[in-house]
Amino acid sequence: MFFNRQKISHYIDLVVILTQKEMKVRYKNSILGYLWSILHPLAFALIFFVVFKIIMRIGMKNYSLFLIAGLFPWQWFSTSLNASATAFIGNASLVKKMNFPRNVIPLALVAQDMIHFVLAIPVIVLFMAIYGKHPYLSWLYGLPMLLFIQFLLTYGASLVVASANVFFRDIERLVTIFTMLLFYCTPIIYPETMVPQRYRDLINLNPLTPLMLSWRELFIKGSINPSAIALSFLYTAIIYGIGYWVYKRLYWKFAEVL
Amino acid sequence: MKGPIIVVDDISKSYPIYGHLIGSMKEFLFHARSSLKSFKKSSFEALRDVSFEVARGEAVGIIGRNGAGKSTLLGLIAGVLRPTRGRVIVNARVSPLLELGGGFHPDLTGKENILLSGVLLGMTKNEVKAKMQKIIEFSELGDFIEQPIRTYSSGMLARLGFSIVAHLDPELLLIDEVLAVGDKNFQKKCIDKIREFRRNGVTIILVSHSMPDVEKLCDKVVWIEDRSIKFMGKPAEVIERYLKFEE
Repeated sequence: MFFNRQKISHYIDLVVILTQKEMKVRYKNSILGYLWSILHPLAFALIFFVVFKIIMRIGMKNYSLFLIAGLFPWQWFSTSLNASATAFIGNASLVKKMNFPRNVIPLALVAQDMIHFVLAIPVIVLFMAIYGKHPYLSWLYGLPMLLFIQFLLTYGASLVVASANVFFRDIERLVTIFTMLLFYCTPIIYPETMVPQRYRDLINLNPLTPLMLSWRELFIKGSINPSAIALSFLYTAIIYGIGYWVYKRLYWKFAEVL
Repeated sequence: MKGPIIVVDDISKSYPIYGHLIGSMKEFLFHARSSLKSFKKSSFEALRDVSFEVARGEAVGIIGRNGAGKSTLLGLIAGVLRPTRGRVIVNARVSPLLELGGGFHPDLTGKENILLSGVLLGMTKNEVKAKMQKIIEFSELGDFIEQPIRTYSSGMLARLGFSIVAHLDPELLLIDEVLAVGDKNFQKKCIDKIREFRRNGVTIILVSHSMPDVEKLCDKVVWIEDRSIKFMGKPAEVIERYLKFEE
């Protein structure tokens, strides 16, 4: 029992220390530091705002808030997934030389991006204030719930990408393209109601759709749609399961291959 | 606990040659059949039918030429690699040290790296923090400890690495070619530290090309030549044969 408790506390320390390392290292030599994790999605929001609101004149109120409420959580998912491609390859010396649970590396990556996302939530609040909205009480339980779901989903997907990329380095490129495709297939820059009726069911086949919709509903309206949550939880369970399975099958070969 | 601390039971280790696979999914997809075939066929044997035991508190040297399979053996004991055949049983908390400075990040300071490396090596955060001052003193790095380690010389890096390991409090210590770095003074300090470990009953596996070190530090020497154990026994005896063989 004691041994187990020590093991668990060491595992937590590993995750904490690796997350801290990633946070220190990522923005070590940049002047704006972690502000980049806010500026990056804001820049995208600006681009989409100019293109769709000003040029294409999409008929939506509060479009900028709408954009930001979806782009921030998406940024977390896509940054983690893309960074995870090099999680094991970039830490080859660790993987080859030390015997620690390898999955803490992608875990720390996802945790790091989650922290960046949480730190960016005040920006969303600021935008809400501009439109005369306030944070909702439902955030108290809604935010942790969605954070948990997205964390697990991103971690599962990252495990697949990180493990597979050790054997096929092409995965890295494929993931970049795939995330971009997935982004446009997810109702982030457009509302799901604009999707033509006959494709409406298809967008729910995208595992990210119910989650991203839930984020937006929660931020803008403070409401939670139980069926969307249930669906995204189902997707999360599946993706995490696949991720864990792939990792379990491959992890002991990492040191041979790297 | 009684009985041997390490049992290496008739192990063989082959590495598949992943050359066809790695880096090119295109190759793999377009030549799937031949790729798979060559994937199954081509493997490289690093160790064959190796067996030995290590008793608790024993210091064992592993010697042999480059490419003989020493590092693979150490990797198997550390649990980083899995044997293709046979079993490796390790009845201890391993403090895997296959190489000094594993897990260092160049952009972090010496101090930050101590914390990072210490936790990766199996200590908890609080344990590392409690030992921080001792580690820094042992490393003799002075004010450099606050500098990013990319500014360190290789000797300084080795000093930092060994200082962390010296404070690990392990049951089993694996050392791969580390005593050759640093100046004479620091080398002596390392050897003294290893002797101290031995007095405290720590089991040590030492891979080295330095015969004087092996002879000084070990109770038993395993000589690996061409994938298997060529000879095993008392240090003086094995080293004498090894040196003769080399000539």
